[in-house]
Amino acid sequence: MLLSQKTSDLKRRMREALQGGGTKAIESQKSKGKLTARERILALLDAKSFHEYDMFVSHAGKDFDMDKKFLPGDGVITGTGTINGYPVCIYAQDFTVAGGSLGYAHAKKIVKIMEQAMKLKVPIIGINDSGGARIQEGVNALAGYGDIFYRNTMASGVIPQISVILGPCAGGAVYSPALTDFVFVVDKISQMFITGPEVIKTVLGEEISKEDLGGARVQAEITGNAHFYAESEIECFEQIKTLVSYIPWNNENKAKPFPKKAPKRQYKIDDIIPAENSEPYDVRDIIRSITDESEFLEVQERYARNIVIGFGRLGGQSIGVVANQPMVLAGVLDVDSSNKAARFIRFCDSFNIPLVTLVDLPGYLPGVDQEYQGVIRHGAKVLYAYSEASVPKMTVIMRKAYGGGYIAMCSHHLKADFVFAWPTAEIAVMGPEGAANIIFRKEIVEAENPEEMRKQKIEEYKEKFANPYVAAAYGYVDAVIEPSETRHFLIHALEISQNKTVLNPWKKHGVPPF
Amino acid sequence: MENEEINKQTDIPNHNWGFIEVDDVRYRTLFPNHFGSKKRISGNPYIVNALIPGTIREIFVKKGQKVKAGEKLLLLEAMKMNNQIVTNIAGTIDIIHVSVGDVVPKDTLLVTLKP
Repeated sequence: MLLSQKTSDLKRRMREALQGGGTKAIESQKSKGKLTARERILALLDAKSFHEYDMFVSHAGKDFDMDKKFLPGDGVITGTGTINGYPVCIYAQDFTVAGGSLGYAHAKKIVKIMEQAMKLKVPIIGINDSGGARIQEGVNALAGYGDIFYRNTMASGVIPQISVILGPCAGGAVYSPALTDFVFVVDKISQMFITGPEVIKTVLGEEISKEDLGGARVQAEITGNAHFYAESEIECFEQIKTLVSYIPWNNENKAKPFPKKAPKRQYKIDDIIPAENSEPYDVRDIIRSITDESEFLEVQERYARNIVIGFGRLGGQSIGVVANQPMVLAGVLDVDSSNKAARFIRFCDSFNIPLVTLVDLPGYLPGVDQEYQGVIRHGAKVLYAYSEASVPKMTVIMRKAYGGGYIAMCSHHLKADFVFAWPTAEIAVMGPEGAANIIFRKEIVEAENPEEMRKQKIEEYKEKFANPYVAAAYGYVDAVIEPSETRHFLIHALEISQNKTVLNPWKKHGVPPF
Repeated sequence: MENEEINKQTDIPNHNWGFIEVDDVRYRTLFPNHFGSKKRISGNPYIVNALIPGTIREIFVKKGQKVKAGEKLLLLEAMKMNNQIVTNIAGTIDIIHVSVGDVVPKDTLLVTLKP
């Protein structure tokens, strides 16, 4: 046969595979406002950069008449490409083919591209859109999931792993995104839960819709399982493109440096921070007055809003920012915010991204609720994460830093490399009001006018202790700086920390309070 | 570099302004709507709630009956198991709020006792 005939045969086979589940299935997908798997990959990756592999893999099912069915690519598309020049391995489940259900061959394709990513040391992006395990393939489907979860774990901290939930992701399947570094959800399209509403109704009698149980908003706002929330698939892809610009390809590289740019918005920090200590402000305004071009990609924006985490650049270099948010719950640390911060700190540490911590918190959230939820254990995660992190760590104490909160927010004692404090910083065991009540209790009780005495003692305490100079006297603060100099100090600190090396005793790994 | 209009105290959806007290200081701040709604164990031992949803299969006590701590009150079938609901405190049965066959959601008041 001539080459031309062989080529037409190839093209015919490719056309068949590209059809996916057929026009009807594609229409059904579109009617739900969802793009097809290939459309998603092509929208996310640079034009003409996507190369598909394993298009002709066929499924392994033998029982229940499966051998009579043709499932193109076994319902998943895998390949490599670039995002703004940044190389990635990618897979996208095809809901039009057998509901995107996972069979043995389907899982094998995913495992193959994941192992490829680990070998080539490039990030892996997984687009999830699947009805779950292909029941006809029985335990082979479970085997497939197990194989994937193992690779998720092995790749964790080696290459960045991104999950995009663009459809149902239920039951065992949802553990894969849970093991990855960043989860993207889209309103009304993403669904994540372990047991669905039908099972919950049967076993427990509780009625709840899929959207209310595990929809995008629930995952972004209540559970914190989702790191990025978008209202459309296209918006989601734009978020992914922004995220990859801040992180390196693998754990042995640093993120790509960009040209140095000054912040676009120059806020007068005096105007942002209120004179009264107990009045709130939005710490993101401070962040944007420090970062290059005032750009800040917030992570988990809608969850545990009392702490703000995200990526920015200083002098062209990627940084991870952790900042208390006085505008929500007075910026206290609690169970959810501790979890949110700790995981982010560990991601940055795994991928050589320096950490900048902005501190303004009155302490931990008091309450029986918090105690019963185990705030002791969860709060400890932040201490563990900061202590273990060996990337350059820079801290700026802006206002309040009381008690345990002062220690936890990357203090000198957790081996921050540079601790700067503003003149407005108050570093103390607790605030003047609480402290005066304890230390001067006798004087207040025995005074002629206790209220007057209390006020006086509070002023005395404030004068003496509610400032950065006591800590500075002990060397716990490296420099007291003016807020307007913050960016300048941080950029210098970053530049000089390029070759930071820390030697710790060998261990297989620690035992953090999971 | 312009000095942009600073939007102080921008509101956040599903959050309300309020005060939180930490170490004798009241801070003005935003609270999420679902704040504090996570359930915790009820402090009052004379009130017996259903900790899980299920179906009432059998009731062992009657109004006015004196019970000891640890005594069985009723059987609540849930998750395919029969769960014995007991009283944590000695007392007298005051009101039984459910009947056999009732399907109850979580936190339903089952029995009230009096000392």
